[in-house]
Amino acid sequence: MAENPTEMKPGLFDRLMRIDRRVIFIFISVALIVPLFFNISQRIQVSPEVQMLNDAMNKVPDGGLVLFAMDYDPPSAPELQPMAVAAFKVALAKKFKMVIIGLWPQGPMQANMAFETATHDPRFKDVKLTYGVDYVNLGFQSGNEAVIQKMGSDIPTTFPRDYAGTPVDQLPLMKGIKNLGNFDFMVNISAGYPGTREWVQFGADRFGLKMVSGSTAVQTTEMSPYVGKQLLGLMGGMRGAAEFEQVSGYPGRAIKFMVGQSVAHVIVIVFIVIGNIAYFATRKRKGA
Amino acid sequence: MWMDHPGWVLFGTWVAALFTLGIATFLYKDNPVYKFCEAVFVGISAGYWFVSYFWQTLLPKLGYPFYAGVKTVFVGPAEWGWLVLLIPGTLGMMMLLRLVPKAGWIARWPLAFIVGYTAGLRLITFLQSNAMTQLQNSVQPVVRYNESGQFLGWESFNILLVTVGTFAGLFYFFFSQEHKGVFGRVARVGTWFLMITFGAAFGYTVMGRMSLLIGRLDFLLADWLHLIR
Repeated sequence: MAENPTEMKPGLFDRLMRIDRRVIFIFISVALIVPLFFNISQRIQVSPEVQMLNDAMNKVPDGGLVLFAMDYDPPSAPELQPMAVAAFKVALAKKFKMVIIGLWPQGPMQANMAFETATHDPRFKDVKLTYGVDYVNLGFQSGNEAVIQKMGSDIPTTFPRDYAGTPVDQLPLMKGIKNLGNFDFMVNISAGYPGTREWVQFGADRFGLKMVSGSTAVQTTEMSPYVGKQLLGLMGGMRGAAEFEQVSGYPGRAIKFMVGQSVAHVIVIVFIVIGNIAYFATRKRKGA
Repeated sequence: MWMDHPGWVLFGTWVAALFTLGIATFLYKDNPVYKFCEAVFVGISAGYWFVSYFWQTLLPKLGYPFYAGVKTVFVGPAEWGWLVLLIPGTLGMMMLLRLVPKAGWIARWPLAFIVGYTAGLRLITFLQSNAMTQLQNSVQPVVRYNESGQFLGWESFNILLVTVGTFAGLFYFFFSQEHKGVFGRVARVGTWFLMITFGAAFGYTVMGRMSLLIGRLDFLLADWLHLIR
């Protein structure tokens, strides 16, 4: 077929406007994969929210009673598991007595994995922990915010048995724990509902629980307004996890992953800029 | 446990890796492999949640206490507190009537109970935590000094920004007056603050999705292929 002489040849900007999304996928994949092969790290600037979180945890007296509410599941683990591991390492260093629960069915299992990773850190090889005395995992309890509400008045009836089915009255650590008021501090790792918002509304505001949170990046902007009096610190997404690893002195997977994350973000920004330049250039030409 | 046997762990890792790759094929284009992986995922998720709710909610909250209560009536000494379980049990069964077309309307009653309960519970907590407490936190002196009386410029600027953003944002959501003149200009500033907030939320979402991708890539390269540590 003969070429139409009036048809304009597509220019560079036209081609950029029609760039195949798979090209972007390749760029992003390369940006994320390549840094994983190299032992490189980047400087992590600690945000005030994470600094506050670390300070709040360090203010808890050694051996204090701390509640860990792990409200997430495996899909959110890449972001949240490093937070949980670092938080447990701080807890081990400060010899906290730990009570672990979950308002998500898989939360206590994730907590067990994070706890195991933390205890395998060579710095804690001399730490001897006894289940039921130094820490307990009370498992999952359904009921969402109603569980928190009930914990405010009576924990043993809310969690009558632990993760393994042992009655709580047979666990020495649980003796004397009546309600949320008995805890010195709380760490919540949250991927959504029920999570940080419910703990703030029912635990912190209603029962005066001093708490910090690690949340997925997606919900960080929704949790930020609580930071201050309601939430004593906040880690948002993988970046927040990396900051906490940095400031707490326990570098882990989040710091390692942040290099790829940063490179990928630069690529996204570059594509946004290119896309906008191409858009305005082609619009101007069409308008002319 | 049998699940901890190295053979099963290896098998599980391979299955997870192949399904990850199967789902990732969608990035190229829609295809039967992706459809298969998606269907398996949806099916397994539905099954998992059904089993989870059955064993972790229905039986411990209703089944076991009900059985134990009924047993006391026959074995003694009789206790009658379990009778209260008839209320949630009946409401639950009424909910299931949605599956029966002619009796589907009955399901509205337990639904009304859930809506009423949730609204009552949430109204108070949101009013307390998201309105009153945050209002209290927002009302702060704009000019800040430290304990030794030194002016804190950055903190003061931050609080000023929060104050301006809060006021302008509230102006934007004031719909009983047309957004014109000074009112309109302040509302426009509110729009900018909202846009920045949405932008920050979108940025965090991108970071979240990247993190999930990094998690999967790490699994493939470390746990499956052992190419990295």
